[in-house]
Amino acid sequence: MPKRGAVAVGLTALALALLLNFQVPADTLTVGRPPGPSGAGGAGGISNGGASNGGASSGPDRSTGSGGTSGDQGGGATGQRTVTGPVVDTRWGPVQVAVTVSGSELVDIAALELPSGGRSSQISRFVEPILRSEALQAQSANIDGVSGATYTSTAYAQSLQSALDSAGI
Amino acid sequence: MPGRPDGVARQVRVEPVMGTTVSIDVRPPFVGAAAIEAAVAWFHAVDEKFSMYRPDSELSRIADGSLALEDASRDVRTIVSLSDSLRDRTEGYFDAGRHRDDGRLDPTGVAKGWAVDEAVTILRMAGARNLQVGAGGDLVMAGEPEPGRRWRIGIRHPERADRVAAVLEITSLAVATSATYERGAHIRDPWTGRPPTGLQSLTVVGPTLAMADAFATAAFAMGERGIPWVGRQPGFGALGITSDDRVVWTPLVDELRIPDPTVGTGTRGRPTAGSALTSLSGDER
Repeated sequence: MPKRGAVAVGLTALALALLLNFQVPADTLTVGRPPGPSGAGGAGGISNGGASNGGASSGPDRSTGSGGTSGDQGGGATGQRTVTGPVVDTRWGPVQVAVTVSGSELVDIAALELPSGGRSSQISRFVEPILRSEALQAQSANIDGVSGATYTSTAYAQSLQSALDSAGI
Repeated sequence: MPGRPDGVARQVRVEPVMGTTVSIDVRPPFVGAAAIEAAVAWFHAVDEKFSMYRPDSELSRIADGSLALEDASRDVRTIVSLSDSLRDRTEGYFDAGRHRDDGRLDPTGVAKGWAVDEAVTILRMAGARNLQVGAGGDLVMAGEPEPGRRWRIGIRHPERADRVAAVLEITSLAVATSATYERGAHIRDPWTGRPPTGLQSLTVVGPTLAMADAFATAAFAMGERGIPWVGRQPGFGALGITSDDRVVWTPLVDELRIPDPTVGTGTRGRPTAGSALTSLSGDER
């Protein structure tokens, strides 16, 4: 089962590739699935025992409006929903993504806005189709953060993560 | 969202500030919204004081001579003095005053890491125990992301941005990476004035991001010998990727490192240039 945090971070690494290194076809997502110390096993690893306190509903805070869909109670939903992440500004321009989810499954990602102009346009053209095809694979990645990621890729991942938060997956 | 099936509950805030993107990720126990706002406001306050792009910032005014250092705010004096001591401690390789092409004062490199360290303190004082705060690929972690699990932090592969060159398991530490791959050759050897050679990227872990970031900048400028140099700084460790695609790390990093981050991934992968990296342990050659 997908882990939302892992999804976001796995996609961080993916987005890095796509946004920063467009010359190289990013045909593999090789973010690791390191063996977890908790022994929870499997690709998903640790299952969270639900929200730990009532404060869960107070977060997450978002800097800009997430045009999210209505609050879904969790895994029982059927049918697809699209949830929009916030616009995150970078020195090269704004970044915004939307995710499509079905129940608790991430089925698609679309970049609504990416930096344009010069190299950024090249990067932006490169990013989207690959992101789509790699999205499901990324759900099994299990990393909490990437050091060395900067600017656009960070913004991309953060918009994505907020969208995933809104979607409740 | 108590019904969330698989996700890890978290408080997330993303803010474009200081010329980069700052992210705050708090895991239970959560803090009040005011604490998050306080941390965000803190970053903006630092930006106002330290930005070299704002002509009215304290730093700009010090640089153009309209503000004497003695009259600057305590934060600015703190950072300037930290920069001075770092220059001494790094054999001159962290030369904050020479970062800019025009030779003007620029301690903003230290200020960014320091701002993140202080933001972590703000959030901890508000009750957070498990959190990650990042600014432009430099991260500070505290506690754990979920009960019983350490933070897993990937180190970006310098050539293949879709890969991580290593994964570190961390509880409470700062991680900073210096590399040429995104901002170009922004680091110069203060002694030669040229971009350093020998390393593609250098990641430093340590107790504070201000120091880890500064050591990463300095040691990257030293070239490959910068890796063992970091290893000799008490409490700090380094992992570097050399120009000839070796991964080299110090004993502290050896304790954090997951042996092979690529195991079990890349279901349709094929060998690439990036996979030619070989791991050589140890900090002495």
